[in-house]
Amino acid sequence: MAGTPRLMNLREMPAGMLTGSPSEAELIACILGGEKELFHDLIRPYERMAYLTCFAILKNETEAEDAAQEAIINAYRHLGSFRGDAKFSTWLVTIAMNEGRKRLRKARTAKEESLEQTTQNAEGPEGDFTPAFLTDWREIPLEALERKEVREAVRAAVAELPDIYREVFTLRDVEELNVEETAAALGTSANVVKVRLHRARMLLQKKLVPFLKTTAPARKSWFGRNA
Amino acid sequence: MKLECKHVWGYISEYLDGTVDGALREDIEKHLEHCEICSAILDSTRNILILTADDRTFELPVGYSERLHERLAKEIKEPAKNPTASDEPSDG
Repeated sequence: MAGTPRLMNLREMPAGMLTGSPSEAELIACILGGEKELFHDLIRPYERMAYLTCFAILKNETEAEDAAQEAIINAYRHLGSFRGDAKFSTWLVTIAMNEGRKRLRKARTAKEESLEQTTQNAEGPEGDFTPAFLTDWREIPLEALERKEVREAVRAAVAELPDIYREVFTLRDVEELNVEETAAALGTSANVVKVRLHRARMLLQKKLVPFLKTTAPARKSWFGRNA
Repeated sequence: MKLECKHVWGYISEYLDGTVDGALREDIEKHLEHCEICSAILDSTRNILILTADDRTFELPVGYSERLHERLAKEIKEPAKNPTASDEPSDG
């Protein structure tokens, strides 16, 4: 878009042209046209996404909040460079990802492994995964979600995933981006996203199923009493 | 084609995403009909995805949105004079 709004400013639109809320492209055009306050509305649906993206990288609430704020301010400052050939959400996630990684690089000490080494170790050979075999965790997730310890266990298990899996998992299964958007945000291929996502999900299955099974809430037993 | 458990595990993620098609999907479903272990692995993985997608699992810090919009309002009102070139996002 290079600083020039593609669409007419909302004020220039004939009355009745807009029905309902303005589209994202219209909002962006208006912001670039000078109605800067509308950036609040533009960003609102993506606040959570920006935070979770940074949290997936930094694994620290305060750091993630600072990074998400910085990423969003950065997106505001450079909105003119958003060309509109990608989705705004993908563009924003990329900025959040870069901000998170920049902070992580600063924080990491020299003795820590390079990302390349981590990648090599974490990718591992294809097909060496064995899932958890417990067959009796049939709890309904809705019930499980009511319990704080279950949510904590899920958060902890996600936090323990190797970086490359946690990033893909967060974008796909927490933020619910599609494969192409995730690949674009991470600067990788759709195939790599699929492989990493599969491994992330299977690692979580292996980690969480034994826990969720053993902490299953009281359920009706065959004898009509709480088991 | 008759699938073995290990083969099915390799497709669980794609199966849940609905991206396994045709004959392979049918073979997986046939296997799941009689294999309790693979069915349980599939169910539990699906459950975990439902848990992680719920907003209550990954909550935002209290006051996050307010602090963000406060800072944004400040930036809109008094833009920082020199945002560094290195801050510029790469693409659109």
